[in-house]
Amino acid sequence: MYRYDEYDQAIVDARVAEFRDQVARRLNNEISEEAFKPLRLMNGLYLQLHAYMLRVAIPYGTLDSRQLRMLAHIARRYDRGYGHFTTRQNIQYNWIKLEETPDLLADLASVEMHAFQTSGNCIRNISSDQFAAAAADEIADPRPYAELLRQWSTLHPEFSFLPRKFKIAVTGSATDRAAIQLHDIGLQLVHGPGGEIGLKVLVGGGMGRTPMLAHVIREFLPVADYLGYMEAILRVYNRHGRRDNIYKARIKILVNDLGPAEFAAQVEAEWAQLKPLGLDPPPSELARIAAHFAPPVLAADAPVDIDLSNPEFANWVAVNTHPHKVPGHAIVTISLKAPGEIPGDASADQMDLIADLAQAHAGDEIRVTHAQNLVLPHVRRDALFTIWQALHAAGLATANLDRASDIISCPGLDYCTLANARSIPIAQKLAVRLARQEADLGELKIKISGCINGCGHHHAGHVGILGVDRKGEENYQLLLGGSGAEDASLARILGPGFDEDGIVAAVDKVIGRYMTLRAGPDERFLDTYRRVGAEPFKEAVYG
Amino acid sequence: MADNLAPLASREGPEPGHLFRLRRDPEHTAPAVPLADYPAGGTAVLLAPGDDARLLIPHLGALRRIDIAFPKFREGRGFSAARILREAGFAHEIRAVGVLTVDQLAFLVRAGFDAVLPATPFDPGVAQAVLARFPHVYMKAADAARPVWLLRQERALATPH
Repeated sequence: MYRYDEYDQAIVDARVAEFRDQVARRLNNEISEEAFKPLRLMNGLYLQLHAYMLRVAIPYGTLDSRQLRMLAHIARRYDRGYGHFTTRQNIQYNWIKLEETPDLLADLASVEMHAFQTSGNCIRNISSDQFAAAAADEIADPRPYAELLRQWSTLHPEFSFLPRKFKIAVTGSATDRAAIQLHDIGLQLVHGPGGEIGLKVLVGGGMGRTPMLAHVIREFLPVADYLGYMEAILRVYNRHGRRDNIYKARIKILVNDLGPAEFAAQVEAEWAQLKPLGLDPPPSELARIAAHFAPPVLAADAPVDIDLSNPEFANWVAVNTHPHKVPGHAIVTISLKAPGEIPGDASADQMDLIADLAQAHAGDEIRVTHAQNLVLPHVRRDALFTIWQALHAAGLATANLDRASDIISCPGLDYCTLANARSIPIAQKLAVRLARQEADLGELKIKISGCINGCGHHHAGHVGILGVDRKGEENYQLLLGGSGAEDASLARILGPGFDEDGIVAAVDKVIGRYMTLRAGPDERFLDTYRRVGAEPFKEAVYG
Repeated sequence: MADNLAPLASREGPEPGHLFRLRRDPEHTAPAVPLADYPAGGTAVLLAPGDDARLLIPHLGALRRIDIAFPKFREGRGFSAARILREAGFAHEIRAVGVLTVDQLAFLVRAGFDAVLPATPFDPGVAQAVLARFPHVYMKAADAARPVWLLRQERALATPH
């Protein structure tokens, strides 16, 4: 994985010093809280309901064991012994003291990590495929392209005060594990006519208040023109995106207002202006970065057949591992969704254990998924039982990947100042309720947001739940039929909302109806819904 | 008389004494004219956030100073405007005017500004610290800073294989 050189390290160290100075000015009352707010937000420090929350960037969701151990240390030293992995592949700490944040950031910088641009109206952490370099279906590892974007977007002088936040995802596979159709910019590595690698460029996707799927504005962008073209998109957005209404300020609104063809034409015109400036680094820079991502050397003769006589272990292997591109190996997903626990939370001890396992068995790499789980990407199959035993002892062997209890949830009203309703207790109740039957249900993605901003990706849920405030009471809307994968679609509201118990019962009814409607055990809930439409489910819930 | 004028001046905009200027040439003091009223041949113009900076390109030969307004903190269009003007070859002063903080100074300078008239004055010590803070930059912009990819390339070429 990528390692800093002295330039990267000097920039991150300078950022720590800058924030130390800004915090000192705030603590000395040289600047007001009002003036300090945008400064701390540029560094991912929010003031939440109970305390400061710090969001730490995990670029494209990739960590090594040394970094994960540091995240555990930070949880112990500066927080309450745990952290929360987010839908942008980052980690958040919920109980941070302002005066300690400079030391915390210095600790992070010592392992080549930072909190650059994890908030604010700027280009946020670049997200990517958690199976990068391990999946059999990828054209190339997308992370060098993401790292190039990370560097280009860091402290960008023109694009740090955009109309609104800006999120970019990069994938190297046709199977979309990075939700590229639901990002401000989605990038997919594709082959050009001569077999060379380039990028398919999608713009204007997003969730939140006005969910939209992205439009392809360029089928093939040569790698040599990569950053210049990104610069052109961002400049069109920065100049023409709406600033009069915060709810209409994302690029999706501009793309929709102009129409994708006109937006693309404006980008091409801007790009023509920028091209002579030589904004793209030479190919040697991408090659330099890519060399850091060379996958570990894996034994091609590792045994494929392993002892699966322990049924609990065999079930975990079946549900939580994926085939690796090298035979005899597997991609392991560690679920952070034990039913009844808080989705995405991990204790410091759990992080240390996973770091140990990654170091011993997984090429020293850990990935964070946008579904708030962790991945060991390069594991020999004959090490799976050892790993499973260690995870089992730590409460981390829940076999529920992509199943009903593997719920995405935002922090909701338990932590967040924006929330209208609690999300976590709904996720906990549903997970406990559905865990018993989830093996029969197959793939079922439930996603819960505690407000219309949609951090819990409810619009991309096969079953989505949106918490709203109705006359001072928490109320939950039920949405069906969304997907954030390559078959992306936006979930639609089924009907009137429910209270806390009512939403759990309503999901139960939807699932009951699905079981009677599905064409067979292999037809996913999403496919049944797409085949039969909303009516039968409406009838089951309200009828 | 002067006592009566002082508060009026601050109500109408930043006081001239707040000017933070990085140029060594004499200040061009002509009042900036809004773009809509700009007469061909005028030497100073004021761009509002929604104005198209490219409309000035035919007039860059006459202009000696371009002011770009930032009426609120959330305004970021001026960063693009300044850079577009530098890309078009404008070498005289580009001045950021309005609600700007000292912590934005490095962004402003890299985008092409070489003077700032902030609503509240910059502490000169803090301003110098902000400008000296980052030893390297990742991307080309309107200033002369060389991005790290260029430094890396030069180092690789200088290293014998």
